[in-house]
Order: sequence, then C-alpha cells, then structure tokens
Amino acid sequence: MVDPISAKIRFEDVSYAYGKDTVLRNIKLGIPSNHITVLFGPAGSGKSTLLRLINRLNDLADDTSLTGRVLLDDEDIYAAGTDVAALRRRVGMVFALPLPLPGTIRYNVLYGPTLGSIQKQADLDSLLVQSLQRAALWDEVKDRLDSPANRLSGGQQQRLCIARSLAQQPEVLLLDEPTSGLDPISTAKVEESLMELERECTIVIVPHSVQQGARLSDYAAFLLMGELVEQGPDKQLFTAPKDKRTEDYVTGRFG
Amino acid sequence: MGKNKPAASRADRAVEALLRVAGLSTIGMVVLIFVFLLQQGLPVFFRVPLRDFLGTRWYPTEGYYGALPLILGSLLVTVVAVVVAVPLGICTAVFVRELAPGWVRELLKPAIEVLAGIPSVVLGFLGMTVIAPWVRTTLGAPTGLTALTGAVILAYMALPTIISVAEDALDAVPKSLRDASLAMGATRWQTIWKVTVPAARSGIVTAIMLGMGRAIGETMAVMMVTGNAARMPLTADSLFRPVRTITATIAAEMGEVANGSTHYQALFALGILLFLVTFLINLTAASAIFAKRRQGGLR
Repeated sequence: MVDPISAKIRFEDVSYAYGKDTVLRNIKLGIPSNHITVLFGPAGSGKSTLLRLINRLNDLADDTSLTGRVLLDDEDIYAAGTDVAALRRRVGMVFALPLPLPGTIRYNVLYGPTLGSIQKQADLDSLLVQSLQRAALWDEVKDRLDSPANRLSGGQQQRLCIARSLAQQPEVLLLDEPTSGLDPISTAKVEESLMELERECTIVIVPHSVQQGARLSDYAAFLLMGELVEQGPDKQLFTAPKDKRTEDYVTGRFG
Repeated sequence: MGKNKPAASRADRAVEALLRVAGLSTIGMVVLIFVFLLQQGLPVFFRVPLRDFLGTRWYPTEGYYGALPLILGSLLVTVVAVVVAVPLGICTAVFVRELAPGWVRELLKPAIEVLAGIPSVVLGFLGMTVIAPWVRTTLGAPTGLTALTGAVILAYMALPTIISVAEDALDAVPKSLRDASLAMGATRWQTIWKVTVPAARSGIVTAIMLGMGRAIGETMAVMMVTGNAARMPLTADSLFRPVRTITATIAAEMGEVANGSTHYQALFALGILLFLVTFLINLTAASAIFAKRRQGGLR
C-alpha cells in the first residue's frame, strides 16, 4: 500500500455500477504522486471505468451509481459543487484511438488553453512548442503547424493528443491503452516521453499488454472482474506476484 | 455443380444487365429532360434577344419577356428563407441530437419527419390564413401576400430537410471525439460548437444545400402567398411587397399559352434557368462531400 500521505489520488471503497451491472467492487487504491501507475487486467475488469472516474468522464452516462469516495489531493472530486471543467484541466486524458479534433495541429494543441484562461499570443506560442516537444512530436511537425491534424500518421496523431493534454499542464495524466493502435517505433517514442513526464506529473496508464505494463510500472494494480486483486510498487506484480491469480495472468495462463 | 455453373453465371449476367439498364435509364432520363427543356426553350432567343430576356418587365401579352423581376423574386424569397431556416435548423438539430433528453428526441424525430411530409398546398393555406394577415396587421404592409410571407413558408418547408440531414451528420460524429473534448475541460457547450459541429461540417453543408434546393424549386405554396406581382424587388421595402418567382410564373402561365409560341418558349427558358440553378446547388453540395471523402473519411 502506498502511504496515504504521498498519494495523489485515492479510491476509498469505491464501487461503481452501470444500471444493475456492477463493474467495480470496493476498490481501495492509492496512486502515488509523480510516478507511473499501471492498471492492468483482462478485458472487462473495470480498468477503463476506474480511469474515467478520475476525471469524471462518466458523468454523462445514464443510470450509473457510485459509492465510496475518489480523492484528488485529499479532496472528494464527486463532492457537490466541484467544478468539473476545472477538474478535467488538472486531469488530462489520452484515449486508445488517436482523436484529433477537427482543425489544424496548432488548434489541437492549444484547444485546452484557449478554452480557459491563457490568451496572450506569446504564452500560447511557447506552450505550443513546449507541449509538442514534450510529446516528442515537435521535430516532425514544426514546419506544418497549420496543416490539418488528420493528415498526420496514426502514431503522430496519438502523440498530438498527448501534446494536447500536456498543453493544459495537467497534474495527472490518464492514458487508456494509448499505444494500442501504434506500431512498435511509435510505441517506444510514446513510452519514452511518458518516462520523461513522470517527473512533473502523476501518470495512470492502462497498458495494452502485460509487457508494456511491466516496462512502465512504478506502481501497479491488478484488476479482475471489478475487484482489485493485488497492488504493489515497482515491478513487484510482474516479477513476484503474491496472489495466484495475478501470477496466472502475468505469466500468460489466461487473459 | 459443374453443370449449373454456366447457367448461374448467365443468370448473373442477366441481373447485371437489368441493373445496368435501371441505373443508366435514370441518367438517361435526366439527360432527356434537360434536352427537352433546351429544345423547347432555347428557340426563344431567336425571337427575344438575351438582353431583352434579362429586361425588367415581364408582360407577355404585350410582348415583354424581361425575366429579371422573376429571377430576383426567386432569389429574394429563397435567400430570406435560407437565412431564416439555416440557423434555426442547425440549432434544432443540435438540440435534438446533443441536448434533448432521450424521450424528447424520440418524440421530436418522427414529428420532424411528419413535418416534411405536409403537402405544400396545406402550408399555402397556413400562409394565406395565418401568416399573411399577421404580416398585414403587425408589419403594416398594404397586403399580406408578400415576399416575406413566402420566405417564411419556404423556411418552414426547408426546415425538416435541414434538421434531419444535419442531425444525421451530428449523429455520425463519434462519441469518443466528444469525450476527447470534454476530457480537455471543455464544457458541453464548447464541445458542441468547437468540436461536434465542425466535425459534422460537410454533412451540415449538404443539409443547407438540400434545404436551399427545396426552397428554390417550391411552387405551390409560394404561388399562394407571394402575391405574384412581377415587379423588380429592388426597393428597401421589397420584402414587404408582393413578388413573383420563376416557379410560380411557370405554373400560373403554362396552362394558358399556345404551344410553340414565344411565351411558351420563354417559360421553358425559365425552366432551364431553374434547372441550372438547382443543378449548381446540388453540385456544390456533392463536391463538398467528395472533397471531404478524399481527405480521408467523412469527418
């Protein structure tokens, strides 16, 4: 267990259901600040749902129920009066498929900042460069910032989406199988930039394979059918799992 | 099996030929209609020079065939109708698709489709008995049968088309794209106008073009409510005066002309004009879609 003091995000007995379908059961989890936390498990284990609870992206879904508390910096993000838009500016998210917004590369990266407070052109320009550099995309697009984002390759689009999230200067970055549609070279680039990023922000990732999880993990949690089976620091879950089910999964006996 | 194969492929060929005939005959019919229009209409220019045809006086019994008032009349009514219908239609589509709760959407969608099915004569009644008196008394026009009355009715007729096509376009925008915007801290409102609507842009352009095509080609309702005075709509108050459109002119006068007369040919020339305008509108809509497809996907 992570020491609760240093946890950036904490799940306190969280259960979650779509209608009568319970997808998460009594989750107790602390996500350490400025590290990469890997959430893994077979399909349907509730990883994505858990991730989407952190930025309240499931708010618009009908007929869901949440019990327990989700805390960000010790504050309940589901408390009445929470500014959801502000929360989502602090907690960025990258999806499995690259989702460039309709518009240019520049428009995509600066989408978040222009929605919010930053209006000065000089600030926006430096933010644009910085975000693209941190997402390891700058060199490839610096000459065509005003061309449509959907002309980029899949790998570039995904890094563009990462840059878009980084332009918000988020405290937390959520990634839901961000490399599932990418080739190995692009995947390596994305992973590299994630390892750079953990110094300045808290990263929670659902990896697209156990191997990727093992490569990135500073802290890991294994989910199975909505239950949190095991969690532990570093690569412990991948090298020396305590629970038989975790061991079976990471050694490829099922899943 | 081996024996049946030639027979099966013969049947295949027969079906293929049948489909080809069906497909080509559609194109053939469009071509034939156009050829017919040209053949009946173009000779008018031997009798009425093009300069006179674009004159400002339409008075066939006296030998004046200036179609400009009719062209401008159609243009005025259509443009005003589009200006009214487009923002309203797009906002309705956004409401139906993005904001309305599920049960409201389930009610609204069929209701809008029923609206599209109302015969234009019925809307003409509505225009004559409700909108025309309102225009006369409230806006103080000398008569209620004005360009504005026609434009309002046309807007009403174009709305269902615009709404349902635009709504389909919005519906085709993947939910994940909305999620991506929301996850950036955008509000629902910002997401709609900055992401969903731009992503559906080509479909919305199509919706506008189809609505416009509907408006410019409409005859019956327009004939009933615009007053049909062939005057040049160039003064500031033209919107509140009667106008006459191309379509209404053809419909009203076609029954009374002698086959092959100059008047007859002039009406066909108007038909050619109308055909070209609608063709151009459809072409614009189509090219907007194809350009989008070439760029990779309809989004």
